[in-house]
Amino acid sequence: MSTSLLDKADPPAQQAPPEERRQRRNLTPWVLLLPGLLWLVLFFLVPILTSVSASVQTGNFDDGFKLTWHWANFVDAVKPYWRQYLHSGIFSVATTVLCLALGYPVAYFIAFKGGKWKSLLMALVIVPSFTSFLIRTIAWKTILADNGSVVRVLNDLHILTVTSKLGITVGTHVLASPGAVVCGMVYNFLPFMILPLYTSLEKIDPRLLEAGNDLYCSTFQTWRRITLPLSMPGVIGGTLLTFIPAVGDYVNAQLLGNASTGVVGQSIENLFLRKTDGYPVGSAMSVIMMVGTLVLVMMYIRKAGTEDLI
Amino acid sequence: MATQTAVTSAPPRAQAPLKLRRRGPLAWIGDHVLLAVTVVVFVFMLLPNAVILVMSFNQPIGKYDYTWNQFSTEAWAHPCANQALCSSMGLSLEIGVVATVVSTALGTMIAFAMVRHRFKARSGINALLFLPMAAPEVVMGATLTALFFNTIGPGSLGFWTITIAHVMFCLSYVVVTVKSRLAGMDPTLERAAQDLYATPTQTFMKVTLPLVAPGIAAAALLAFALSVDDYIITAFTAGQRTTFPMYIFGSVQRSYPAQINVIGSIMLIGTMAIIAVTTVLGRMRATRR
Repeated sequence: MSTSLLDKADPPAQQAPPEERRQRRNLTPWVLLLPGLLWLVLFFLVPILTSVSASVQTGNFDDGFKLTWHWANFVDAVKPYWRQYLHSGIFSVATTVLCLALGYPVAYFIAFKGGKWKSLLMALVIVPSFTSFLIRTIAWKTILADNGSVVRVLNDLHILTVTSKLGITVGTHVLASPGAVVCGMVYNFLPFMILPLYTSLEKIDPRLLEAGNDLYCSTFQTWRRITLPLSMPGVIGGTLLTFIPAVGDYVNAQLLGNASTGVVGQSIENLFLRKTDGYPVGSAMSVIMMVGTLVLVMMYIRKAGTEDLI
Repeated sequence: MATQTAVTSAPPRAQAPLKLRRRGPLAWIGDHVLLAVTVVVFVFMLLPNAVILVMSFNQPIGKYDYTWNQFSTEAWAHPCANQALCSSMGLSLEIGVVATVVSTALGTMIAFAMVRHRFKARSGINALLFLPMAAPEVVMGATLTALFFNTIGPGSLGFWTITIAHVMFCLSYVVVTVKSRLAGMDPTLERAAQDLYATPTQTFMKVTLPLVAPGIAAAALLAFALSVDDYIITAFTAGQRTTFPMYIFGSVQRSYPAQINVIGSIMLIGTMAIIAVTTVLGRMRATRR
């Protein structure tokens, strides 16, 4: 073993002429990068650019589509669908806010009070995702069923009469309502909020909190002045990881909502997969959604002041 | 200013009882509210899994029924009574394996290049890797399908178009996972190997690869999980094929067999068993050393 190791390492091979070595060093990263980057360019970047072109095409499946600079596609992509845009916006913002409100205390508890149970509790956050998210989302149909105990308790406490007046639920039901959709979305995206929050909270030196306490900070002040600023990377990461997929999500709206909770994703899917001439307008809608999300994310990152996210 | 004088003037011993006195009933309430919220959120997160397990023993009354009717082990005895369900599972696993192998290989290469080499256009490449994680799935699915429509035509959507899409969205996650492992590695180990006259190939095979292997394995698992569980992008690129998530989604409109809950339970119990076994094995190995 050791002799062969010595045999192979003959000095001349190691000390190649400097110029040749430098050239090899310059080429290696590109050889490593090329296949993967090519894949991303071909199947991610190029499609997005073609869809920008597709959004101004006209035609149908039988005659083919032509680039006609048909800007009216964008009008067709907004006017009949303004409700869907509104729903997508409300649902994704509500989901992000609720995920943050529920996820922060949980991440805080695990990071600071978890003790030796820390890793077990974090495993419990991830464990549900081992089962297909669709099966788990459909399980909410059982939990929130009209004759189930959850709905009965909510009705007995007259909570549903209040929420129905606010337009969150419909009558004495929870299913097929905006409330059910947001419940499913919060359920699905909560782990994506808790994980980055936990990572940033866990890094905080507990001595800093003790120092705050020593300096006559109340528990709330300690949190407000020390913990929260230090956990901001987690808050930003978590809100982005929740908000971005929530904007495009239509699975929860489809499974737990009804006809009046339609979101943009559903319309895009309908235009692409169930209509023969819907593909230019569908492309226009996905361009709008992408640009909208990107602008919101950029504004948020700028406001939050983190440039080194990538 | 005032806080600073407090620190310097207070004798160090007086600190402890002072802190105890300050943690009054309000802090006690705060702690317990925190505990209560955590418990409620954990119930919220774990309840569906419990429901899936219970409902796998249910005999549904009608086709669209999601409520408990009667205990039955029928679904567990015949998990493949519904042939379309099991063949869709097979397709998902096939795609998952191919997409995992390809994306793990390509992603690991990119991660090595990013961590170990200097080159230009680094920030542009970083952006290209970040964007697929930041774009809504429906946008990626729709635009990629538009490209396939334009180039190879709607008729040729199927296994390979799904796999291409899955490799595309798994790639960035693989790069991030392997990169973090590589970046945390002690570079002196490789230098030591070179000092001991190992060739670059030997250093890579005997030192670097075994050290990065856990990161690559984690990345592969993540890619597999992402691929098998994906619905939105798959629905766009699938054409006439039906993967497991697509079958489930479709069965909400057709009929929802209890077998789906059986498979959901098997997924959960199976992965938990694998994790338990690997943790125990890892602990045993650690104590033996």
